[in-house]
Amino acid sequence: MIARGRLARQRELLLWALPLLFLSVFFFYPLYSVLRVGLSGALGGLEQIDLSQVWDPLGFTIWQAILSTLLTLLVGLPAAYLFSHFEFPGKQLLRVLTTIPFLLPTVVVAAAFNSLLGPNGWINEALMGLFGLSQPPIHFLNTLGAILLAHVFYNTTIVIRMVGNAWSHLDPRLEQAARVLGAGRGRVLWDVTLPLLRPALLAAALLVFIFDFTSFGVVLLLGGPQFATLEVSIYIQALYLLNLPMAGLLSLVQLLCTLGMTVAYTRWVEGGITPVMPRSQAETARKARKSVEKLIVGLMVAFLLVLLVSPLAALAMRSVAQLEANRGERGPVQTGLTLDYYRELFINRNESWFYVPPIDAARNSLIYAGATVVISLTLGALAATALTRRSTLNRVLDPLLMLPLGTSAVTLGLGFIVAFNHPPLMLIASPVLVPLAHSLVALPFVVRSLQPALAAIPQQLRSAAAVLGASPWRVWREVDLPIVMRAVLTSATFAFTISLGEFGATSFLARPDYPTLPVAIYRFLSQPGALNYGQALAMATLLMIITGAGIIIIERLRLPGVGEF
Amino acid sequence: MKRLTYTLLFLGLAAAMLSACAGAPSVSTPTQAATASAQISTPETAATGGAPVETLTVMTHDSFAASDSVIKAFEQANHAKLVFLKSGDAGAALNKAILSKDAPLADVFYGVDNTFLSRALQAGIYEPYASPELANIPSQFKLDPQDRALPVDYGDVCINYDKAYFKEHNLPLPQSLEDLTKPEYKGLLVVENPATSSPGLAFMLATVAHFGADKFVDYWASLKQNGVVVVNGWETAYYTNFSGSSGKGPQPMVVSYASSPPAEVVYSKTPLTDSPIGTLTGNDMCFRQIEFVGILKGTKHLALAQKWVDYMLSVPFQEDMPLQMFVYPVNQNAKLPEVFVKYSQVPEKPATMSPDEIAQNRDKWIQEWTAAVLK
Repeated sequence: MIARGRLARQRELLLWALPLLFLSVFFFYPLYSVLRVGLSGALGGLEQIDLSQVWDPLGFTIWQAILSTLLTLLVGLPAAYLFSHFEFPGKQLLRVLTTIPFLLPTVVVAAAFNSLLGPNGWINEALMGLFGLSQPPIHFLNTLGAILLAHVFYNTTIVIRMVGNAWSHLDPRLEQAARVLGAGRGRVLWDVTLPLLRPALLAAALLVFIFDFTSFGVVLLLGGPQFATLEVSIYIQALYLLNLPMAGLLSLVQLLCTLGMTVAYTRWVEGGITPVMPRSQAETARKARKSVEKLIVGLMVAFLLVLLVSPLAALAMRSVAQLEANRGERGPVQTGLTLDYYRELFINRNESWFYVPPIDAARNSLIYAGATVVISLTLGALAATALTRRSTLNRVLDPLLMLPLGTSAVTLGLGFIVAFNHPPLMLIASPVLVPLAHSLVALPFVVRSLQPALAAIPQQLRSAAAVLGASPWRVWREVDLPIVMRAVLTSATFAFTISLGEFGATSFLARPDYPTLPVAIYRFLSQPGALNYGQALAMATLLMIITGAGIIIIERLRLPGVGEF
Repeated sequence: MKRLTYTLLFLGLAAAMLSACAGAPSVSTPTQAATASAQISTPETAATGGAPVETLTVMTHDSFAASDSVIKAFEQANHAKLVFLKSGDAGAALNKAILSKDAPLADVFYGVDNTFLSRALQAGIYEPYASPELANIPSQFKLDPQDRALPVDYGDVCINYDKAYFKEHNLPLPQSLEDLTKPEYKGLLVVENPATSSPGLAFMLATVAHFGADKFVDYWASLKQNGVVVVNGWETAYYTNFSGSSGKGPQPMVVSYASSPPAEVVYSKTPLTDSPIGTLTGNDMCFRQIEFVGILKGTKHLALAQKWVDYMLSVPFQEDMPLQMFVYPVNQNAKLPEVFVKYSQVPEKPATMSPDEIAQNRDKWIQEWTAAVLK
């Protein structure tokens, strides 16, 4: 017995080795380095520290994160049910489209929302025309509502994918049994379905919450100057007021909050995982039969289209629309469609040395994204496998995995400068740092997608295989892997989109010039001129198309000989 | 054995997936790909005489740009290869330079402006260099008497206006900062938050210079009364709120640059006979930003770094800057491109302030501003 316990612990340590090494070198070391510089007083101490500078943003950060998370769950859970329980035409396309918001750069999302809900956006124009109003009725920009809506827009896909994935594996017979025994629909949902979904639900809620908690671009660009989260305050303190001690203090507060949330999550989820026989998706999803069902499916699809897809469509439309009319001289109006902005992308008009051909930007982006998928999936699979056993070691290490997500990109970026600027880790100018930084963000997603799926596999299945003579590797390959295959693909999708859309950390690395698509988009938007604006939107549309294609490829990916549940 | 086979199979698949995604089967690691694109973007100069090519690393903010021919001319003339480290916005780049000063990331650092200059000098990151080209630069730009930071370019942060809006509404243009508080301009101006935006900070400094450190808050209170709109970044102000840009927002006046009108002409989709926007150039309505270059202490390529600094201040580079970065040359011998002469209005008396004064008071002023305008 003792020997077996030791064996299990050794196996656990072995599984942890690589993820821990990665985190130590590329997360804790740079973080420690920059906090040491910031808080040591070498750059001026915190003499006149005003604690309201910590409490004010902290209060708002928590408040908006709670609201945003609740709203996201409110939208995401019915959507997850829709995707896991019904077959309908265009389902796969809709699933891909609902993922795309997740990676869009904030400047682009701001432009998309503006063309829909802004003062001259379609909706305001339509309302003004309909009711003969002289002022736009909807004030969207610079409101809390804008922040919340953008957070729902960005993060609903997390709930759809993580909860929907678990839901589609639930054995419908458990619910049927409860119904037969006389439980009402509400009671079945409360007593059977939700407890079984709890691990995935909590994991999704945690990720959404941390994302909202550390929100930066959305608050800065859509919320406006009245609102500041901790992350926004860190950015202002570090980069505009050059007050590294204050930025360090705020980063520390943010980090401790993330740690607290993750520890709480680990406690909640522990013991809450009931292993059940996984069912294949074909058993859980079916066509809507009754007309009520058809109506509900139709309404839900329409709702998702309006909320998540219409801003994307608005963006794509703007990239092919004539905009020169009614500007400036108000010359002859020429409305219509044009591909000029796309054509212009391929022209180095002012013969710049820094011109980025769109193909190069796409290639750089895809190479970084591919590398991120491989790195984060490898490390994440190891950690998630280790986490399937309950132990003190796991309880301590699990929350650490989530920390990179709750760490300020500004702080970590500056940490990279301090840490990797001298031998033996003279990496600072190396492009390798980019996928490594992306993997830090992707890793928590991979672990949180894989771990609930792995933990839900009944031990009897593995034992049965082992009794029949299968080696541990074979058990993993023929029992675990097929069951968690969907979760693996979900993780890969997250890693892929995180890397493609990531701008924050990439821009904080001092990098030689290998611009990605988001970097190119920002370059266009940092100069005035209709062509720059049009090209930014055209580049953003290309980014959406490339991501969509990438996700479709990942979802179709099958390892040979691995069955699918 | 079997285990190994599966591992290899998995790795092979992963690699296949990678290259399938990348669409370039020959390239499977980021390092290789990066090298490949480095070759595209920084072509090796033809080696002459077999001597090794010396590499010079220049750290810049993200807005740095230059013509292909201008960069290559320097590389060829000096048998050198230039590498540019783009390091975020001006604040981020300066932070990186300061944090890495013990082991500098680059040989030269370009992009500190007069609002950050004192901080850069105080951190002691620069090596002094009295470039002979300084003789061609008017003294108003030379803010560091010890020549650690040398002026390269300047730009005026001003209010741009939508010409069509003012014409359609028969509205006279505001002639002064005071005019902006008049009722006819209520709700027509969008500005950037000085805590998050460099033009926002510059415009606030213009009001401090004009009204004085004790009165500028009162001015902002009356601007607030008159419905001034505040957003966090230039991109939002210009593309979302400003009616003269492609975003077609609600405000016909925006805090931007005196060079925005020519930029709208250069980057218009159809040839324009006039810029759709203009610049208000009244007394103290603009703030002059000057950008500096300096050699980083600890460089191992001092001679080449000095040559590069000379080159940045010389006429060929100075004449290239306007259409690349939409800034003005400081070298008095450099000629402005026609589109600049034709479409940009240069303020006769822009507001200025000494870098020391800015450094000492910036935080305090921003806090006072925030309390007056945002709370």
